[in-house]
Amino acid sequence: MGETLIRAVDGVSLDVRSGEFLALLGSSGSGKSSMLNLIAGLDRPTAGSVIVADRDLAKLTREQLAKYRLHVVGMVFQSFNLIASMTLAENVELPLRFAEIDRGEREKLAREALGRVGLGARMNHRPSELSGGEQQRAALARALINRPKLLLADEPTGNLDSHTGSEIMELVREFNRDLGMTVVMVTHERPLAERYVQRMIFLADGKLVDDQPNIPIPLSAGGRS
Amino acid sequence: MKIPDLTELALRNLRESVLRNSLTTVGISVGVASLVAMLSLGIGLQQLASRRLVRSGLFDTVVVSSRREMRGMGREEERNGPTPGESRVLDEAARAEIERLPNVSEAYPDIRFMTELRYEDKPHLTMISALPESSKSNDAFEGMQGSFFSSGTAAEVILQKSFAEELLGKTPPLGAPEPSVGELAKPLLGKELTMRYAQRQAAPATQPTPVPAAPAANPASDATLAVDAYSVVSREQKLKIVGVSDLDPESMRGPMRARVFLPLKLAESLHVMQPGDLREISHAASGQPVYSSVSVRVKNPSQVQGVEDGIKKMGFSTFSILDATRSLRQFFAILDLFLGIFGSLALAVASIGIVNTLVMAILERRREIGIMKAIGASDGDVKSLFFAEAGAMGVLGGIVGVALGWAIGQVINFGTNIYLRRQSLPPEHFWAVPWWLVAAAIVFASVVSLVSGLYPAGRAARLDPVQALRYE
Repeated sequence: MGETLIRAVDGVSLDVRSGEFLALLGSSGSGKSSMLNLIAGLDRPTAGSVIVADRDLAKLTREQLAKYRLHVVGMVFQSFNLIASMTLAENVELPLRFAEIDRGEREKLAREALGRVGLGARMNHRPSELSGGEQQRAALARALINRPKLLLADEPTGNLDSHTGSEIMELVREFNRDLGMTVVMVTHERPLAERYVQRMIFLADGKLVDDQPNIPIPLSAGGRS
Repeated sequence: MKIPDLTELALRNLRESVLRNSLTTVGISVGVASLVAMLSLGIGLQQLASRRLVRSGLFDTVVVSSRREMRGMGREEERNGPTPGESRVLDEAARAEIERLPNVSEAYPDIRFMTELRYEDKPHLTMISALPESSKSNDAFEGMQGSFFSSGTAAEVILQKSFAEELLGKTPPLGAPEPSVGELAKPLLGKELTMRYAQRQAAPATQPTPVPAAPAANPASDATLAVDAYSVVSREQKLKIVGVSDLDPESMRGPMRARVFLPLKLAESLHVMQPGDLREISHAASGQPVYSSVSVRVKNPSQVQGVEDGIKKMGFSTFSILDATRSLRQFFAILDLFLGIFGSLALAVASIGIVNTLVMAILERRREIGIMKAIGASDGDVKSLFFAEAGAMGVLGGIVGVALGWAIGQVINFGTNIYLRRQSLPPEHFWAVPWWLVAAAIVFASVVSLVSGLYPAGRAARLDPVQALRYE
């Protein structure tokens, strides 16, 4: 009985349109990460529903949730979450293994994805041999390898310096614009959100406190460096 | 995940913490090795024993006697069968018929008689029996000095050690060490013995000896009387000693056992008066000899029962040591079982090692499991990955273990044979690793490992990804 149920996300109602680039803002403990986990299908709501692309995640089985995470969602994390014992190419193609794609096809797709984030030359390096920015780019490559509709980013620049952070954000914006991916990003840095996103959601104590549109800065001329 | 991908991932994960996983695998290997070692010792001993027993000729022999002998070993037959007087005579025709039964390799008459042998003009009374040429491979002649009969008809004898002692007057007092066979054989081999025996001679058939005064009204009965007569003539036969046997080939015969052996064909040609001849006087006089018993060699000890039944149907009494083999087989089955249980204990300990290693791996790789789940791995994927790791350790441990067990066996076999040679005993191969044991050990190791992997794999699969990712 000693447990207290903490409502990390409480009575939030939010609609995200396809192709939108959206930021969830709030201080730590505001429930933004919990909300992201709900959208990612890593967690289930105790009440209510999370509907993504006509699926009610609350009603899916564990197996169906795994399939949803595999095919519909791509995720990047603050701490990159690459598997240390694998090379970049192996990390990037890991989702394809779960999707039971043939080896030849996997290698081709992994090469393409790494090329897209500018790491074509580092395919056989291990994550520990790379800088933080490079690791996050590899994580982005992994997130997009299954061509998901939805990219979820949890403080993607939190462990990076501002220059590297903006490089990553440019890449995310590119995915959003060129690949039509819907992006939901969790951050506590309002200036970062203001520069890149189209809509900002403010959360506090698990409740939605504000929902405002934002006009991002224009795409930098050079794109990624 | 596809099987090849799964295997590849499992193997690379095993390589990641190579020390821990190798130690676990070594644990399994030791378990498998002890299992293989124990079982191959059991199997080897069993093979050795049955090889010995088959060669001893005890277990594939059925002794057939006529019920007229009234020496039948089975009382039940005496009660249920025809009365001794009515039952069939064990003659040459019956012997040939028995030999034609399926699975019978040979059937030869037991010729044995008590007679006097003279050596250096001293008479010695003993039981003599005839041996077929197939007895050459009998285990009892393994330590024999000299050689086996040069042919079935050769005028040669083989002496049992105790008779050799008697001939030389070297019978040791009770409890004193026995002289060695080599010592006994040296002065005897090549020497001659003179056997005095009673030969039965059929009265010539052309000699009807009718009583002249008798009326000719009953000529038939007269003729019958004439044919049924035979005479007994005392004869002598010189025999050359060719061998002295250490062991006793007739140990199962008890008081009837012979100490001097003749070649079978020679013995047959001598027409020695047999103890049963007097009773079977009507047959003994005819050309067809009558045997008191016939030894039947069965091709395989396992077929003894069938052959015995077949011979009983023909109306004869049989005796074999089948029951003894049955309990012997039971003994080895129990021995194998116990050795297997002891061997499995080591494997059980090893399987706890697997559980431990994998549970540790889950703790260590919590984050990795979380990542895999976040990017789309299902519970099943995670479970099969850990399962595959357990299985891979099992298969590797099994293979190494079988090799290790085999090597241990070879070393022990080698060592024991050195010991046997020191004791001047012939070397023996008492260690057998049959192919089925190799396969079964590897399969068993894999199954044990997979079962050990069940709990860790299930635990890994149930891991909450949100918790796992938060874990640093």
